[in-house]
Amino acid sequence: MAEKSADRGTSFSESFPVVGGNFDDAGKVSSRIKGILKKMCLPSDVIRRAAICTFEAEMNIVCYAQQGDITLSVDNDRVVIKAVDEGEGILDIDLAMQVGYSTSTAKIREMGFGAGMGLVNIDRYADEFTITSEVGRGTQLVMVVYVADGSQQ
Amino acid sequence: MKLDFIVEHLNLKVRSGSQNLTVEVTGGYVGDLLSDVIANSKQGDVWITRQVHQNIVAVATLKDLAGIILVGNNEPAAETLEKAVLENIPVLVSELGCFETAGKIYRLIAARET
Repeated sequence: MAEKSADRGTSFSESFPVVGGNFDDAGKVSSRIKGILKKMCLPSDVIRRAAICTFEAEMNIVCYAQQGDITLSVDNDRVVIKAVDEGEGILDIDLAMQVGYSTSTAKIREMGFGAGMGLVNIDRYADEFTITSEVGRGTQLVMVVYVADGSQQ
Repeated sequence: MKLDFIVEHLNLKVRSGSQNLTVEVTGGYVGDLLSDVIANSKQGDVWITRQVHQNIVAVATLKDLAGIILVGNNEPAAETLEKAVLENIPVLVSELGCFETAGKIYRLIAARET
């Protein structure tokens, strides 16, 4: 499913593909990533916040892009989740960051997605969040969750 | 409070996760917007919703929710059930609406706390 880096020791990196429009598998990558973080025995708050960010990023790819990749990188201090997609991109990022703003279709809304909360949630739960986008090409999210002192639950 | 206590008191129909009904319920969350539930529900909550599609299982799994209660006699979609069985997530069906279902469960939990 993914390629693993040859990094050793405490750093870890793995990428997972996400297919746009595939609601059957939506949430799978988030579950995988949560499982990996759990195995690393990271603090439960770090896992929780990383899982929320990953889920929102994954759903954005499923709802709006053709395809994408989510990369999880972990070292001693931080969990970094990078979501890169090939899609239509975002014209006005400031507008997209506003609560309730969404370009979702009726079908997406019916399923309880597309409420204009995804990016807002990421901003709230990540310690660092950067978003870059090019209209007609795609969007890139980088979300960082700091790992506090120690690594016990 | 164990989930089976709620199942019994509200006469819920168990559609999946019957081996997992002894899980501890510490609270509840009501919502049909998945981003809202992902952001604000807590581990151990029972989730009351009208959504029946398969992505609710992913949300419940990610947030370690105690179970999902579908209101108004709405049945889970076939794929939802398949996933719920796989993940061992209890999916329960209430004949009552959202308000009554939540109210009754709130009362049960409050009664335990006093």
